[in-house]
Amino acid sequence: MFLRMLRGAFRRQWKKLLMIALTVALGASIATAMLNVMLDVGDKINEELKAYGSNITVIPRSEAVMDKLYEADGEDDKKDDSRNREYLEEKTLEELLTIFWANNITDFSPLSSFSVTVNGESAELMGTWFDHHLEFVKKGTTYQRDTGIINLRSWWDIDEGEWLDEARLSGDKYAMVGKELAGKLGIKAGDTVKAKGSAAEEELSVIGIYSSGDDDDEKIYTTLSAAQRLSGTEGMYMKAEVSAITSPDDELAVKAAKDPSLLSGDEYDLWYCTAYVSSICFQIQEAIPEASAQAVRQIADSEGKILEKTELLMSLITLMSLIGAALGISNLVTSGVMERSAELALLKAVGAKNSQITGLVLTEIMFTAAAGAVGGYFMGYAFAQIIGQTVFSSSVEMSGMVAFIVAVLIIGVTILGSIPAIRMILRLRPSEVLHGGH
Amino acid sequence: MSLLELKNISKIYGELHALDNVSLSVDKGEWIAIMGPSGSGKSTMMNIIGCMDKPTTGQVIFDGRDISRDSRRKLTEFHRDKIGLVFQQFHLINYLNAVENVMVAQYYHSMPDEKEALAALERVGLKDRAKHLPGQLSGGEQQRVCIARALINSPELILADEPTGNLDEANENIVLDIFRQLHKEGTSLVVVTHDPEVGEVAQRIVRLEHGKIVSDKKNDSFSDTLKGEKKNEKKNEKKKN
Repeated sequence: MFLRMLRGAFRRQWKKLLMIALTVALGASIATAMLNVMLDVGDKINEELKAYGSNITVIPRSEAVMDKLYEADGEDDKKDDSRNREYLEEKTLEELLTIFWANNITDFSPLSSFSVTVNGESAELMGTWFDHHLEFVKKGTTYQRDTGIINLRSWWDIDEGEWLDEARLSGDKYAMVGKELAGKLGIKAGDTVKAKGSAAEEELSVIGIYSSGDDDDEKIYTTLSAAQRLSGTEGMYMKAEVSAITSPDDELAVKAAKDPSLLSGDEYDLWYCTAYVSSICFQIQEAIPEASAQAVRQIADSEGKILEKTELLMSLITLMSLIGAALGISNLVTSGVMERSAELALLKAVGAKNSQITGLVLTEIMFTAAAGAVGGYFMGYAFAQIIGQTVFSSSVEMSGMVAFIVAVLIIGVTILGSIPAIRMILRLRPSEVLHGGH
Repeated sequence: MSLLELKNISKIYGELHALDNVSLSVDKGEWIAIMGPSGSGKSTMMNIIGCMDKPTTGQVIFDGRDISRDSRRKLTEFHRDKIGLVFQQFHLINYLNAVENVMVAQYYHSMPDEKEALAALERVGLKDRAKHLPGQLSGGEQQRVCIARALINSPELILADEPTGNLDEANENIVLDIFRQLHKEGTSLVVVTHDPEVGEVAQRIVRLEHGKIVSDKKNDSFSDTLKGEKKNEKKNEKKKN
């Protein structure tokens, strides 16, 4: 009988129930999309911020100490020119592929900076890997990676020529020249320039002219090996830039960044096994003891702040959509109960208890809401992909946890939205509805 | 023996005394018509008898039990078990067919049983219309379904509120014949009406005015004879003459 009544109610008031299902679907779709994007946004923002360059710098430990001293003396500007620089061995770069978080390191490149003369004019020369193929065997495992500044300087515009592709070109006597320097010296792509360093002189073929919009426009970039010969620093590099996918900092990361030894055993394990920028830096220092790995705070902090604000915004949108759904359900269910007041009063008059009538109405609404929620979940999947493609140019991974959370939220919202109607059912008097006045 | 007793019942809404110190007794198997103009307190009395409302003061004693201070939940259970309701506007559930409408009352009472529900419809002459929706039935037929629904749980009292108010004369006669039949079978009936023709077929007529009983007398012309039987009796008399 219950099913017959349920079926009859669905048949009779399908338009109203369809409206409830659509309201639920809308709320569920927004909640699904926002929650999925929220869970996936950390990686997405990381990927976005990768375009702004590296987020970790590796320098010799002694340089880090000196940097701190110069900073303390307020003589930061003098550090490059007034003292002898320390170097790291190029081979140490291999260690970056052996650490626990190696897979989170997406790109890295050594950088050495020297004063040289180019065609008789003084200029700053940078030695680096452009698109370097690194391959080595360690403890029976073969490691390999193509890495370099091509991805770390993704904002460079190539005005003339092309990117310096080490794999395609034979030899290493090539260079890319910044727009300002090229203009000043009249250099064009395809020219050969004479670079004279403290240890040697080389003729370098200019592969491309780039504009970076910063100091790099006044520099000349060449291969690390050519720069090493010019400066007499064979097998060495001055610093390395590392781009890693990291988790946003939280209280644990902040505490660990001050001093990992302050962490308890469990905290230490959690921190070490989470891709915080500080734990990746720590592991780089473990792998290269003579190096100091430092987070580029602007990037790391931006990640946290953007993530925090994005999550807040999405939480608010989810909340608003659910409140909207609850209000919509409330209106629709209440008006439905008002329209059916004679029928519901009749059920009371033939002996139905309040709980039985409430159960009947709630079952109708819950079935409807469930249908709406399933539809809404798939709509939310589509919305999430649209948001992912539009904002981050990549798909958003759907989480099973979100399906569970949305189900719980929809049940809550449906019950909440049905409260006024339930109150109305409880107050419904057959004597007033079925007979009229007195 | 008294089935129902109202003792000094009053129902007060603010300043309005819908019922004012009313006392009434209904015997088992008795057919009473409660009559009176609009606003006289008929519906209020019906709601109190039907356990759908409580009096402000006074006692309602049904089958020897004082139910006037019972909780709403208990009253619901009580009227579900003891009273069958017939409404002026039938109040059938329009998406359920005739037999399902009867079964609704079974469902909330005990267990739905289609055979019993069909038997109840047969009793009111509607077995062949069992699968019709209310919209496919005439007013008289809908009222008969309503009566079948009231009868299905074998109540001790049938309480009818203007049962013929929405019916034409032919259907009114059919419904009144069903009441006569029920009365013959020993069912107690309380019919609230403002229609003198309906009131005058009852065994006893109680008149209400301004919330008070102004008259309560036996109907001397009361007869349980059905209309059809009366016609046959008249034919037989003519033949004899």
